[in-house]
Formats: sequence, structure tokens, C-alpha cells
Amino acid sequence: MKPIHAIAAAAAVAALALSAAATAGTLDDVKARGVLRCVVSTGIPGFAYPDANGVWKGFDIDFCRATAAAVLGDPKKIKEVTATGKTRFTLLNAGEGDVLWRNTTITFSRDVGVKLRFHGVNYYDGQGFMVKKSAGIKSATELDGASICIQTGTTTELNLADYFHSNNMKYEAVTIETNDEARQNYVAGRCDVYTTDASGLAATRSTFANPDDHVILPEIISKEPLGPATRQGDAQWSDIITWVLNATITAEEKGITQANLDDMKNSKDPEVLRLLGVEGNQGKELGLSKDWAYNIIKAVGNYGEIFERNIGVKTPIGLERGLNALWTNGGLQYSPPFR
Amino acid sequence: MAEATQAYEVGRHPELPPPRSEVGVLGWLKHNLFSSPFNVVLTLLVVWFLWTVIPPLFEWMVLNSVWTADTRKECWARMAVPEDGACWAFIKGRIQLFIYGFYPHPLRWRVNLSFVLLVLAIVPVLYDKLPGRKYALWYAAAFPFIAGWLLVGGFGLTPVDTDQFGGILLTLIIGVTGISFSLPIGILLALGRRSTMLVPRVLCVLFIEFIRGVPLITLLFVAATMLNYFLPPGTVFDLLVRVLIMVTLFSAAYIAEVVRGGLQAIPRGQFEAADSLGLTYFQAHLTIVLPQALKISIPGIVNTFIGLYKDTTLVLIIGMLDPLGIGRASLADPVWLGLAREVYIFVALFFFICCFSMSRYSLYLERKLHTGHNY
Amino acid sequence: MAVVTGTGSDTRNPIARLWGNKKARSVIVQIVTMAVVFGVLALLYRNVVVNLAAIGKEFSFDFLNAPSAYDITFSPFIEYNSRSTHLRAAAVGILNTLLVASCGIVLATVMGFIMGVLRLSKNWLVNRTVYCFLEFTRNVPVLLHILFIHGLVVTQLPVPKQAMNFADSFFLTNRGFFFPAPVPEAGFWIVATVFAISVVFVIAFGRWAKKVQDETGRTYPVFWISTGAIVAATAVAFLAAGMPLSWEAPALKGFNFKGGVAIKPEFIALWLALSYYTSCFIAEIVRAGILAVSYGQTEAAYAVGLRPNRTLQLIIIPQALRVIVPPLASQYLNLTKNSSLAIAIGYMDVVATIGGISLMQTGKEMETMMIVMLTYLVFSLIIAGFMNWYNKKMALVER
Repeated sequence: MKPIHAIAAAAAVAALALSAAATAGTLDDVKARGVLRCVVSTGIPGFAYPDANGVWKGFDIDFCRATAAAVLGDPKKIKEVTATGKTRFTLLNAGEGDVLWRNTTITFSRDVGVKLRFHGVNYYDGQGFMVKKSAGIKSATELDGASICIQTGTTTELNLADYFHSNNMKYEAVTIETNDEARQNYVAGRCDVYTTDASGLAATRSTFANPDDHVILPEIISKEPLGPATRQGDAQWSDIITWVLNATITAEEKGITQANLDDMKNSKDPEVLRLLGVEGNQGKELGLSKDWAYNIIKAVGNYGEIFERNIGVKTPIGLERGLNALWTNGGLQYSPPFR
Repeated sequence: MAEATQAYEVGRHPELPPPRSEVGVLGWLKHNLFSSPFNVVLTLLVVWFLWTVIPPLFEWMVLNSVWTADTRKECWARMAVPEDGACWAFIKGRIQLFIYGFYPHPLRWRVNLSFVLLVLAIVPVLYDKLPGRKYALWYAAAFPFIAGWLLVGGFGLTPVDTDQFGGILLTLIIGVTGISFSLPIGILLALGRRSTMLVPRVLCVLFIEFIRGVPLITLLFVAATMLNYFLPPGTVFDLLVRVLIMVTLFSAAYIAEVVRGGLQAIPRGQFEAADSLGLTYFQAHLTIVLPQALKISIPGIVNTFIGLYKDTTLVLIIGMLDPLGIGRASLADPVWLGLAREVYIFVALFFFICCFSMSRYSLYLERKLHTGHNY
Repeated sequence: MAVVTGTGSDTRNPIARLWGNKKARSVIVQIVTMAVVFGVLALLYRNVVVNLAAIGKEFSFDFLNAPSAYDITFSPFIEYNSRSTHLRAAAVGILNTLLVASCGIVLATVMGFIMGVLRLSKNWLVNRTVYCFLEFTRNVPVLLHILFIHGLVVTQLPVPKQAMNFADSFFLTNRGFFFPAPVPEAGFWIVATVFAISVVFVIAFGRWAKKVQDETGRTYPVFWISTGAIVAATAVAFLAAGMPLSWEAPALKGFNFKGGVAIKPEFIALWLALSYYTSCFIAEIVRAGILAVSYGQTEAAYAVGLRPNRTLQLIIIPQALRVIVPPLASQYLNLTKNSSLAIAIGYMDVVATIGGISLMQTGKEMETMMIVMLTYLVFSLIIAGFMNWYNKKMALVER
């Protein structure tokens, strides 16, 4: 017996585990499987984390549940495929997940180069800086020569390099893999500054014994629109993800909440009626049931409810709505009409 | 004490007790700790080191620790000074998550049963004096498949997706699979490397040296993200299976080198004797060479297994949640943010317990197999 | 199958006869194996081409010439900034891996030998403490050790404003160890030349002294003469040339120390963690090696009148090394490979630069991973080659 035979035999065993990849549309696959597979992170405070019972929770997870509610009518029928920053796109492209709800910045190269399809923005983020109040720094322009802790794996390093280069400042980059180590570095004074997305800064700030000793500087040096992604070339599935997100935003705009959902079925607003499937045929056109949006809101609530439950001011993360307020309140969240 | 003045005949002096400085606590101290100036310095250094390290650690881990709390804030509020003690409540509340990962709650009896079966399978491997060991060994060989069926399901059991495996369960799956499959593959590779035929030998050398030359994380990364480029278009197969294959091949290359060392230690006479009996290559190896070579290699093999077991933490780099990964994911829970130390210590203890028992066993074997002179 | 040599009487068909011939069979098996291997390789290659085409990626190393757009602060050997290319980023990473691996190998060896000897110490407390430390360290994943040491370095050392200050020129902080940098001035080349000449002289002298000892048995204090020659010659040249060297001391300006030489805490932490983790394995190897030298050797050495330290130096260690060196090689390999976990604490090695950030920016998994793997393979080959050479040199010359 040659070793190569052994390898061949091992390969044959492995082949038993092979299964044909998705050939039909993603929607049909998901319905046939009865479970929606979301590519999620391995833990981002407020956005995705397991609770003590192993149930995943968080902002991104709620959107995954919303999708499952729309497609399968049951927000519990989800499966979280955990991915790191490096593996997330490959997992999606290899068909190991149906949709990516994972704190992912929409960029040109990801949309065009990595061959993904993005569908709107569920969180407008931007890279910021956090410093200790005692340092007396008021603006990022005073940071020349500082040591800066960066959590790697995203577009963070690039933004930082561009910002300091264009402002003709120097800095010491301490690029760290996880938030825990970066936080420790910052607390111990290894770095003067901690930089990551503003949402991450707020989450980290909330972990300090005295959060007020730390300030987040006013400069936001990048645009980080975070949004869901799917594989290219499945128009129907893309539509579904787009309109799941839009449904939550429109629901907030129209004042539909988990609590008043059933009352709203008697609303006089035709758009509300169309959204909730009382009138019109929008669910069927998407390839879903009539009450798809009703299911979403029943399961996770509208955009504002999702936000407040996971990362809002009442949670330990304590984020303001800011850019993520509805356009009517001075924010950027704006859904095309359900018409 | 005998009187100094008393006179004795030559050779009639009664046996005196040894001087007090040579026996008892004092004697022990003198001989073991303060036998020379250099030793005094060493002893003092060690005492100082232990004195500075152990009391604060003990205070943090035990005295000031908090075992019941629902949030980090509550935990710290229960301490005299926040962050002054370990918040074990966090680990305690999530112990199930650390053990079973995301395995469905109603089906966890299958995991428990697998753990019990694992213990039953390990015992006959470890102790050779067990009655009926031969049959027990057959069972041990079949164990990975039985456990695989129990955990994954199918054939009458509710299927469970492999990405719901996590925590200690995942570590054990990767460890046990890697250990049980890498041994036979490693032996074949070792034989291939010693083959008289050029092609298999070169292939085995290339394979072994390649695998041994690159870090496991690069191989895992290849398994997670690039393997599908090498497969026929449209094939997808389970991430866990891909990782298991990589881990198995990785440790097989190391086992191969250990076994090769064992094979080299077999005197030529053994091969020649086998040849002269007219045994074929396989007969000679199965009945004469391998049993001896493997016996010599056992400590090395166990050490390779310990290495493999510790390396299972690296799967977190590709998004699989082993105990460390579970810990890190749990740290993202907004109410528990910021307790990384507790997680790391817990995971370190878990690995220490597993690997220390394995290394103790290896030591026991070494002593048992060591039939030469002891100094 | 036993070898059948009688060809005339064999009445089986030609194929069976061919199979019965050991040589022919071996050739057939090898050809088939080759064919299978090449077939599989061709298939894999085809799959890669088809798969990459399907997702519109191409296999090319062109991206290496594009600007990397990220900063690496720890680049002690070559100039680097965010406008540099990915290729340069890879070079920085490779050099950083090389740096931490080689420093780690040296320190791990030293610590390993010390602990191996301490493990054999008759001092109960020392013996037991080292034993507990060894067992704990060996049985916990190296990643946790790296995180632990990094945590210690960062939290226990003071921030720059409260730096541990030694004579206003050496500063120890949790942002690194800062010390003055030598700045050569005009005329420094004279000192350098004198130093080089004295080194050459010392090497020649050492060879000559050894030859004399081999031939006549006379010994010279080679060590003292050599040291004296180098130090004295260089010092005289230094004074004669008017002390053409100044020191640039680090000083706290703004956020950080400026000037001087800095050793970053990430490097220190990774270096220490890898070293002590590996040294625990080396200690066991050293202990086993020393125990493998029979006690009779020591007794014989004493009998011919060698003092204990000479016994250790001339009798025990050379023999123990023969047992120690081969397994040492694989520990060195492990240390080098374990350095790939550097990104966990922010040390920019080859996995963190080209295999990390560059990979993320360009999406070139295949190409970047090839570079990373090749780097480690080359390092492994170098280590293995060196250790084989050393092992041959040390091997017992049997008559």
C-alpha cells in the first residue's frame, strides 16, 4: 500500500461528505432546506454574540432573523455561520451561507472585485478616535506623533494611513487582531488613541469602570456604510434582502411597531396596508408569502426597535441614533416607497 | 549526648545519633536548599519569585473572586475594588456553552453519551492489563465512527449540522479524530519514506517536509478559504471535514517522523531475519518491525498528540468556535464586555488538565518501556 | 510475494510473470504512482483555472507592485511607509519574522539549557519550581502564553511619562525599551577598520594556538589574549581618531520618546513568550541529553584529574550535545512557525502583513498564501540544513 493510496482513500471518505452546491435560486434552496444560513461574525459587541444559552443575539442577528421571518415565516429558523474578517467573503461565495449580515463595509472593491452584491445600509458607521480625557486632546489634528491602537481586519488601517498622510502627521501604528487585546493596550497606556468604527469605540468605552474618563473625538475620518451582502447573479434573492431591510425602515417611518402591529392592519394609509399584505400583491412578487413584512415586524420589530434593543442608548453599548436616525429626523435611513 | 570525657575501647564506641543539623527539617533544608552559596542564592531568588507571584494571583483568582452575578457591572460592584478579583460568574453562567457549543439542547444527551463512550474507548488503549482488551481495542478503533454517527446524526438520529459544534466538544472532536486517523497515515508515510522505491519515497519526503515546514494556521486558512478552488467547480463540503483532514494530515507528518525514528532504531538483523524466514514486506512489517518500532515511538507519539491537541485552538482563526473562540464570542455580550482575563485563564486550565494528564501518561509509558539501566 | 527467479519453468501468462518479478513490479508501481500524482495535480490545476475564471479572479502577482496603503511602524531594517508597495510590506514582514525567530532561537536555547540544568539541581525548591513551571507552560497552548506575556508587558511597565529612567539615556516603558543610538562621525571608518583587522588577527591566532596545542600540548590563554587584542586595539584606534562617535539619546517629546533606538513591546512580548515556551521543551531535551551520558564518564574524568567544571565542559556537554542537537532542530522549527501567531498582539510578521492586511485589501488569497508558505518553507530548510551540518560536525567519529 502506497501512502498515496491512503491519501486517495482519505479523499474518497471525504467525498462522502460532498454535496452538490446550490444550483437553483437561493430562495428555493432556503425554502427547501427550511433554514436560513447567515454568515455572521465571531463576536462584535452589540452586533453579534451568543448569550449564556448559546442563542445568538445582536443587531446583525436580528436582521438575519427578520430575513428568516420573511422567507420562512419563522425567525428561529436561522443558522449562524461564524466567520472571521478574512473568511467571510469566501464562505459566502462558496455557498456556505445564504446572506452576509456581518458588519461589513460596502466598498467598490468588495462590490466589484470580490463579486458581492450589497443591498442598502443597515448601519452608517465611521471610523473615530477615542482618547483619555486626562490627555486633554480636543481634536484628531493634535495627534501628531501619537501611538494608535488599531483593530485589524477591516478598512481601518487604510483610513488611518490616509488620514495621517494627508494631514502630514506621523503616528505609531499598533495593529491588533482582537478588540480585547486592543482595549487592554489602550487602557494600559500602550497607545494614546484607540481607533475603530465609532460603534466599536462606544462599545469599548462602555466597558471601562469610568466611561466618562474617555472621550470620542469629533472627527470621523471615514465612511463605513455597513450592509448585507449576497452572491452576485441571483436577482430575486437580492430583491428580498433589499426589501427586508427597507421594510424595517418603512415600518419605523410609518410608526408600525411590534406592539401596534395588528392594529395597524386597520390603518388608513395604503402604504401600510400594502406593506402588511392587507392590500396588493407585493409578497407574491418577491416570491414570498403575503404577510412577509408582517412577520418581520412581529419577529423583531421595526428598524428603531432593533436599534434600541441591541445598541441604543438604553443598552450598555449606548449608541445615539445619529446618522442612523430616519431621514425625517435628520438621519440617513431612508427607504424607497412600497409602491 | 555521650559525655566527652568517657573513654571507649577502639571499635566499641556506641552508634551516636546523627548531628541535629544533618537530619530532620534542618538537615533537609541544609541538604536541599542551602548546600552551597550558589544554592542559597537560587533558593532565595525562587522564594522571592514565588512570594511576589502567588499571593496576588491567589487573591485575584480565589479570595476576591465573584461567583454569582448577572452582569459585569454587578460583578465588579460586589468586589471591594472593581477589577480586583476574578469574575467567575461569567464562566459559570456559560459553562454549558463552553462544553457543548451550539449543540441543540434536547440532543445534548448524545454529546454526553459520546463523552462516556470516549472514556470507555480510552481505557483499554491506556491499560494493557485489562481482561478482554483485544475486543475493547476493536471497539476503540470503531469509536470515532460511532461517535461521529452519534454527534452528526443521520441513520435514525436527528441530523445536527457540524457548525453547531463548538467549545470543548469541538476540541475533542478535532483532537480525537486527528489522533486516531493520523497514526495509521503517519505509519504509512514513515514506511513510504523508507521505501526502496524512488517515487513513493520522494513523494513522502516532499509531503512530510512541506507539512512540517509551514505553520498550521496557513494550512487551516487554506482549508477554510482556498480548498474549494482546487475542487471540481460546484462542490462544497463541510468546513469541519476540511479542517479535520488538514489537522490529520498535519499531525500525520509529525507522527511519520516519530515512527521513522522508531524504525531506524530497529537493528538490521530483525529485517534480515524476517527476510530469511521468507516473510513478505507486509508480513515482516506487520508482525516483526512495526510492533517493535511503535513501542519505541510511543512517548514521541503521545507528545505529538499533545501538540496536536493544543493546536486545536488555532481553528478560531478561521471562525470556528473552540473554547477560546466561545470565550471571545461571549466577550462580545454587551453586559459582559471586558472580562478577557477570566476567559484566558479558564481555557488555559482546561488545556492544562487535558495535556498534563496525557504527558503524565507518556511519562508512565516511558518508565514502563525503559528496560535498560537506570542511574 | 517471494522473489521468483526461475523464468523457464514459469507457465503463468506474461502479465502475471511480470508482476512476479520484483524489479518489474516496482517499476510498474512507480510509473502508476507517478501517473496518478501527475493526473491529480493536472486535475487540481484545471480546477483552479476553471474556478478562478468562474468568479472572475486571475492568478497574478501584479498586485505586489501596487501601494499597500497601510502603515507598519516596526520596520527596523528597511524604509517603509503607507505609499510603499505590497512587495515591500511582504519584505518587512519576512524580516520581522526572521528577527523574532532568530532572537527567539538564541534566547530559547539559553533558557532551555539553564532550566534543563536546574531541573537536575539538587536544590529541592529550585527543582520543583522549575518542574511546575515547565509542566504548566508545556501544556497550555502557545497563543495563550503570547497573550499573557503581552498583557504583562503592557500593563506592568510604566507609561512613557513615568518611564523607568536609567541615567537619562535608557528608558523602559510599555511603549518599548529606548536606548541611545550610536552616530558615527567623520573618521569612524578608522576604528571600524582596526576592529576588523584585530578580529582577523584573533581568528588566525586561535587557529595557530590550536595547532600548537595539537602538536606540542602547550596551551595559551586564547580567550584572554583575543579579548585583550580586540578591545585594546579598538580602544587605541578610537582615542587616536579623536572619539569619532556620538550618542543620540532618546527624549520624551509629545506623546512618545523620539530619537535613539527603540525595541517595541510587541517584539519583546512575542520574543519572550516564544522563547520561554520553546525553552521548556528544550529543557526536557537537555535534561534527557545530560542523563544519557553515563556517570562513568564523569568518574573517569575525575580519575584523570579534571576539575568539575572542566569535566562538564570537555566530557559531559560534548557527549550530551550529540543526543540534544537532533531534537533541538525541530524545536527551532516549531518556534519559527509559532511566531506566525504574532498578529494576536500586533507584531507585524509575514502572516500579519502580506498574509493579513495585504490579503484583505487585495483579495489575493492564493498568491499571498503562497508567499507566506514559501517564506516558512525556506526558513525551515535553512534551519534543518544548519542543524544537519552541525549534527554531522558533532557526530561521534567511530573507528
